[in-house]
Amino acid sequence: MAFDIRKIRADFPILSQEVNGKPLVYFDNAATTQKPLAVIDAEAGVYKTINSNIHRGVHHLSNVCTEAFEDARKKVAGFINADSSDEIIFTRGTTESVNLLSFSFGETFLKEGDEVILTEMEHHSNIVPWQLLAQRRGVAIKVVPVTDNGELDMQVFGELLNEKTRLVAVAHISNVMGTINPVEEIIALAHAADVPVMIDGAQAIHHLPVDVQKLNSDFYVFSGHKMYAPTGVGVLYGKRKWLEMMKPYQGGGEMIDKVSFSGTTFNDLPYKFEAGTPNYAGVIGLGAAIDYLQEQGLEEIWAYEHELFEYAKEKMQTVPGMRFVGQTANHTSVISFLLGHSHPFDVGTLLDKLGFALRTGHHCAQPLMDRFQISGTVRASFAFYNTKEEVDRLVEALLRVGSMLS
Amino acid sequence: MTIKEKQKEVIGEFAAFDDWMDKYSLLIELGNELDSFDEVHRQPQNLIEGCQSKVWLHAELNDGEIVFQGDSDAIIVKGIVALLLRVLSGHTPDEILESELFFIDEIGLKEHLSPTRSNGLVAMVKQIKAYALAFKAKMG
Repeated sequence: MAFDIRKIRADFPILSQEVNGKPLVYFDNAATTQKPLAVIDAEAGVYKTINSNIHRGVHHLSNVCTEAFEDARKKVAGFINADSSDEIIFTRGTTESVNLLSFSFGETFLKEGDEVILTEMEHHSNIVPWQLLAQRRGVAIKVVPVTDNGELDMQVFGELLNEKTRLVAVAHISNVMGTINPVEEIIALAHAADVPVMIDGAQAIHHLPVDVQKLNSDFYVFSGHKMYAPTGVGVLYGKRKWLEMMKPYQGGGEMIDKVSFSGTTFNDLPYKFEAGTPNYAGVIGLGAAIDYLQEQGLEEIWAYEHELFEYAKEKMQTVPGMRFVGQTANHTSVISFLLGHSHPFDVGTLLDKLGFALRTGHHCAQPLMDRFQISGTVRASFAFYNTKEEVDRLVEALLRVGSMLS
Repeated sequence: MTIKEKQKEVIGEFAAFDDWMDKYSLLIELGNELDSFDEVHRQPQNLIEGCQSKVWLHAELNDGEIVFQGDSDAIIVKGIVALLLRVLSGHTPDEILESELFFIDEIGLKEHLSPTRSNGLVAMVKQIKAYALAFKAKMG
């Protein structure tokens, strides 16, 4: 235990409540993480003290608020080691980041007959925007299959890359299984074929230190709400050379240079992609979340979560009928499982009555469910505020639920 | 028994249990005991696909009363299906259309019939009423 878990739990007020008369055990962190007081206070603080529309006014509040907003952008840039904060585009979340990219990159660079490579383990939000693009522009989508143990079939990936490929968009970490994909290798292979790569970091950003320059990824997208920040904020990181060439996504205020009915010119990066008043309070909250994560230390968080994951894996394996879905050596703290022949909905419903928050269903990854020929799984996903005691309680609850449903 | 009386009977049975897990044990038991769904009716038009679980519903008009058959792939949902069928099956279209379902709320299973719980049950109740309307029209 690298850090004081009691102190950390005290930072998250939501954790100390009861659900259905039982102490809450929150194991749905891959869906969204809880927020520390530092983040809640930062966002509320905006409305209490500096609320004002940013980049607009000459007055004091507007200047302070703008400064806090841009300060958060610098924090994000530093957090992922972007070359410049101009490469950080704020969005509503990962989903909007992917939609922005598929639209702007697609409208700028793609034509009929071009190909985009995705994988079978993508979240729907990294599938459907590309399908919309495919319909719009006659682009073909190629899919890297997943092996039985839940890894990408890298041989097929190599074969799919060809002179028609224009972009590869792949999850850093599977939201269902927790598999860490070999993104360095994917990027190297793609770049060797002159193809840029987007990494969906929604499930990675709060678990692993991410260095976009070292990764050499062309685009990297993630959400605030999965990294202990407020909901409604996301990031699209893009290399300047791509972002500068790309057409804007949405039109409106802020993203323009000059507007007239004979023609409008667009603002510089990053504003070109940030039409309208952004969620500045959320962005400032995101900055506070980054401060908080850095205080705890990403390496320490990774070590703690990994220990908890290994412990949970070992203990959960002892439950009769336990079947893990997707077990690879390279893994984050996510366990997707099935309990005997029980339906995930039944397992999740009974666990809820015992105070556990777990996710059940297809996890917005129906192609992956089809791949494994299952309708869904139960997913336990851990964060650094979870404890071994909570895992023990889950195992106890699973034994009870298993015997009720068998 | 009227639909109202049947609902009161169900409420009485569930009132015996304070603990959630006991209520769910009973639901699981009811799900396991539900008459098996006639496989010839396991057709796409009888499938109500929720995000979390599936429900099958088939209806037939028999002497002016609607007889329902139902099923689900999740046993808890199946238990609730069993309760809904017990309450609503064997009644006339008018009785079903005029009925107000209060027992789900009363026995504390409201969450399963909330529109945000996509287990197929909300759509199933709508479908039951839709059948009643259709049969009523047919009967003139």
